Amino acid sequence: MRHEDGTKIASPEQMQEWMKQTMDWIGGIAAQNKFVSGTGLPFDNAKVVTTKNSKPVVTNGPFGDIKETIGGLIVVKAESVEEAVEFAKGCPVLQGEGNSLEVRKIAKGDGVH
Amino acid sequence: MYTIDSRLQTIDPIIETMKQQELIPHLFRTEFRKIAAVLCKHFGIENIQTAEDIASDTFLSAVDTWTYKGIPANPTAWLYTVAKNKAKNHFHRAKIFSQKVAAEIKNSSTELEHPEVNLTEQNIKDSQLQMLFAICHPLIPFESQVGLALRILCGFGINEIATAFLTNTETINKRLFRAKEKLRAEKVKIEFPGKAEINDRLDTVLTTLYLLFSEGYYSESDDMILREDLCAEAMRMTYMLIENEETNLPRVNALYALMCFHSSRFAARKNEKGELVLYHEQDESLWNQELITKGIYFLHEAAKGDKLSKYHIEASIAYWHTIKADTKEKWDNILQLYNKLLVIEYSPIAALNRTYALSKVKGKQVAIAEAEKLHLTTNHFYFTLLGELYTGIDKKKAKESFDQALTLAKTQTDKQTIRKRIDELSA
Repeated sequence: MRHEDGTKIASPEQMQEWMKQTMDWIGGIAAQNKFVSGTGLPFDNAKVVTTKNSKPVVTNGPFGDIKETIGGLIVVKAESVEEAVEFAKGCPVLQGEGNSLEVRKIAKGDGVH
Repeated sequence: MYTIDSRLQTIDPIIETMKQQELIPHLFRTEFRKIAAVLCKHFGIENIQTAEDIASDTFLSAVDTWTYKGIPANPTAWLYTVAKNKAKNHFHRAKIFSQKVAAEIKNSSTELEHPEVNLTEQNIKDSQLQMLFAICHPLIPFESQVGLALRILCGFGINEIATAFLTNTETINKRLFRAKEKLRAEKVKIEFPGKAEINDRLDTVLTTLYLLFSEGYYSESDDMILREDLCAEAMRMTYMLIENEETNLPRVNALYALMCFHSSRFAARKNEKGELVLYHEQDESLWNQELITKGIYFLHEAAKGDKLSKYHIEASIAYWHTIKADTKEKWDNILQLYNKLLVIEYSPIAALNRTYALSKVKGKQVAIAEAEKLHLTTNHFYFTLLGELYTGIDKKKAKESFDQALTLAKTQTDKQTIRKRIDELSA
């Protein structure tokens, strides 16, 4: 899940509503026994590790210079990429203009994409 | 002329017999399991059958002796003394036998005095708890664990267990025999698990108690009294874990809360004819408020930890069901809880219930779309749900779904419920 702008701060009520919508979305996938795992990736206390002159440099948060941030990830059991895309379409993150989901296969999956 | 005294004397033996007829089954229910657990602990798991036999024998002696001599002043103490003596005699015979065998192979056995069987309250408690862990062992299948627990820890007869599982006594006997053999072969110790393994072992115990309770609550058996007994026993054993400091953990309290909430509806879920009354048709004034309050208390106790178990979620769902009114808050919460539950552990029934909750929160159309994706096409509850969701939206589809459910339903109770829905549809 990619968010266009991670610096926006939502009200607690808005956060709660998003949380509900996300859980409804995940619950719908889990009800089909196709949910594997997933997690949100909160922004607080986020660090970025980069290299400068061959040395690691740690900075607080990526939000200054990167346009998109990753808000979370979910692993599902899907028969095909099309099915996974169908799941993705239901994600409430897409309500935000410019947000996106990237559907990828898991490496070395045993029949699990 | 009859005096009251002489008449009483004539009646006395009859009263005595009647008392016995009530007392012995009662004592059997409360004392068999204690004696059996203590003897198992005393003799070791390899002698589980001997322990069971001595416990049964003790009650046979009671029936014989009390019929002639009347009920002793302290019947429980009498039973304990007889059980102790029988155990001593058994050990004595076993010793003579082994000594004879030993003599033949010219090997002298050591003269160890066998300690007396300890039937103090503390040892009874400890033995029952340790036996619970021994029986609920990951090495044996869950259905055998439940069966053995019912026999040894609850004193159920084989025929009662067979009725509960909708099978015959032969199957149960075989199942229990195999389980005992396995426990013996694997030399399972009757002891409290160590710190390192207690968590995993406790999970197995809780699963068994959860299954035992569900067996009683959702069983297809028509014997309502027996079914409530199963639930009561599951609750009693769960409470044993709460009473013990080391096992008094949040998820144990959560499971107990769940059981309290469910059993609060026992009186309301059956009508005068003993038929099942569905939740939304129940008279909530019959719900047991004491059990609901108890459930709330233990759910609070369960909230002391930092780990959310499926029992926490199921207990919370059960809590919301103790409020009859259909509020937005209620169904919002239930839907979110089912979302969480499914993420922790998928089950078809949770998936169906979640979809029902979804219909309450977001309307039938949304729920139908999600229900169609579940594809639980061998499950009659799935089609009952579809029928329910299509009712008032698409009469033809509702009818088709209920018809499908009717073909798949196995029990009379389920068929009756579905037929009623079909009748209401065409009314």
